[in-house]
Amino acid sequence: MSYEIVARPHEQKFIDWSKDKPEVLVLTADLTNSCEVGRWRDIYPDRYFSMGMAEQNMLGMAAGLAREGFEPWLHTFAVFLYRRPLDQLQMSIAYPSLKVRLMGFLPGIMTPGGVTHQAIEDIAVLRAVPNMTILEVGDATEAETVHDIAHAIDGPVYIRALRGEVSRIFPKNEPFKFNTARILSTGSDITLITSGIMTEEALRAIPLLQEKGVGINHLHVSTLKPFTDPIVLKALQGAKHGVITMENHSIVGGVGSAVAEIMAENGIGVRLDRIGLKDTYAHGASQKYLMSEYGMDAKALVESISKLMKKDLGISESDLEEVRTVSVHSSAKAEAL
Amino acid sequence: MDLQKMQGIADGIRQRVLAHTLANNGGYMSQACSAAELLGAMYGGVLNLAPVSEPINPPFFKGVPVVGTASVKEYLTGAQFHGAKGPNFDRFIISPAHYALVVYAALIETDRLREDGLDFFNKDGSTVELIGAEHSPGFETTTGSLAQAISQAGGIAIARKIRKESGKTWVFMSDGEFQEGQTWEAFQAAAFHKLDKLRVIVDVNQGQCDGPMDSVMSIEPLVGRVKAFGWSASVVDGHDLDAITQACALETGHPHVVLCYTDPVRGLPLLNERRPVLHYLRFKSKEEQAKYELAYKEMVK
Repeated sequence: MSYEIVARPHEQKFIDWSKDKPEVLVLTADLTNSCEVGRWRDIYPDRYFSMGMAEQNMLGMAAGLAREGFEPWLHTFAVFLYRRPLDQLQMSIAYPSLKVRLMGFLPGIMTPGGVTHQAIEDIAVLRAVPNMTILEVGDATEAETVHDIAHAIDGPVYIRALRGEVSRIFPKNEPFKFNTARILSTGSDITLITSGIMTEEALRAIPLLQEKGVGINHLHVSTLKPFTDPIVLKALQGAKHGVITMENHSIVGGVGSAVAEIMAENGIGVRLDRIGLKDTYAHGASQKYLMSEYGMDAKALVESISKLMKKDLGISESDLEEVRTVSVHSSAKAEAL
Repeated sequence: MDLQKMQGIADGIRQRVLAHTLANNGGYMSQACSAAELLGAMYGGVLNLAPVSEPINPPFFKGVPVVGTASVKEYLTGAQFHGAKGPNFDRFIISPAHYALVVYAALIETDRLREDGLDFFNKDGSTVELIGAEHSPGFETTTGSLAQAISQAGGIAIARKIRKESGKTWVFMSDGEFQEGQTWEAFQAAAFHKLDKLRVIVDVNQGQCDGPMDSVMSIEPLVGRVKAFGWSASVVDGHDLDAITQACALETGHPHVVLCYTDPVRGLPLLNERRPVLHYLRFKSKEEQAKYELAYKEMVK
């Protein structure tokens, strides 16, 4: 299986999208080209504000601009938008529910930059912040169409964004839909909920699992807060052997926890297995290496299903190698910071 | 500039805050003593604010802003006490939110807040909160976590610069906030983006919660530091209205800061007995309270 690779889906789309929106500004913190807004800056210099490596102030200035009716789109690495400036994010932006858009690139273990650069608890932290909306794009189509979704929200939006070479998994004519899961396959044995880059990883294993007769109800979720989609509830209620979540994040407080809350609140009495970072920090290495090291890859999904269904599915690591999608780990993706 | 009127506001601030402190056995008294002339100057003529038709009754708290609901748009803002916004008008952002009582007193003195507004101070369900937030009279940002106002004011100043507005954006800060890293991030950004209509006025009372600032964390030489960050600066006696108003009128082509060095017991020398910690006045005994009652009688004579 292979997908179309789209180069820099955010870059040109954002330039085109913001052309007739003079209220849209870009603020950066010394990662302008790394976040694909270098050309945006050159085209709209009057709407671009370099804030230097000073995120606390950048968030405050964004709040002031938003209070005046502008819509600042902050571009930096995900980790720098919430970890250091959390008080500013909460008191200057989230409390008054201002229209600030936080474009967080390289979420989770996507960066080889190591622990300082890896946003592994951003969803957990920001789910607990009132008024926040959290979105996560999972492919090029969503990266190209998330702008309208964020733009329409009358409050702060945090976006786990993708850059560089991104696979197109979802059809071009099926854009990002707010708080609406994509149903990628149906089946009644296991309900699988994946987000972000984990969807593509899961899709490597799904055909093999289906060949073995496993019925998988696979949903891709891209709105992580609010997390009130009835499609998700229905899928959880239909799981015979259990529910699995896969996220590029700690298993504490993220999608797995959100799913657990829904299951408990609705009395859904099947087992839940959360695939993600198991309450651990990671380190600087490639995405492929880290996904394997921390049990976040297709192999981990197969093992999880074996465990929940209490049977050996007879899928080997080499079977999974053969269906490795070219896009996820091609050399084209080895980018500098 | 009507310096006499400004002095009247300053005197009224001290009297109202002391009266309130006596009635409630507690108050940010030294902040009133230090900042009375500063706020008297600002509200008494330095700021170009739209008038309000009559002193405003402080509304009750209606709830926090909630995303996706009308409450965001209907949310009360304390900025209404500063009059209608307009391109030519100034904005006045209060940063040290624990000066709220002092700010409310200044608003009463300038007929922007109803005289009985302080009756609702720190009362459940009221917007006249102990630590002001953006629904409190005179506040338009939520800055009880200090040093966040200067960045927000910087954003407002950029927005006004984009719209080519002539009004200035003023921030009232306390000197303790210059211990926060965010303040310096904001100062470097304001200079870098040439926000020449951004103004900061600081109550340099040299005290903070733990005591004298030079025993907690020194910020001196403050004027040298702010100038090194690309701002122009004036250093004035914070009780000299002539000096304050002249410094506030300067047009330097840079963001400008007026450092008002103040005396935290000015007008109430009895507070000297509380040194070195002046941050909050709560009477330790009936005898002490009686002394302050006497001082109040002297003050209003």
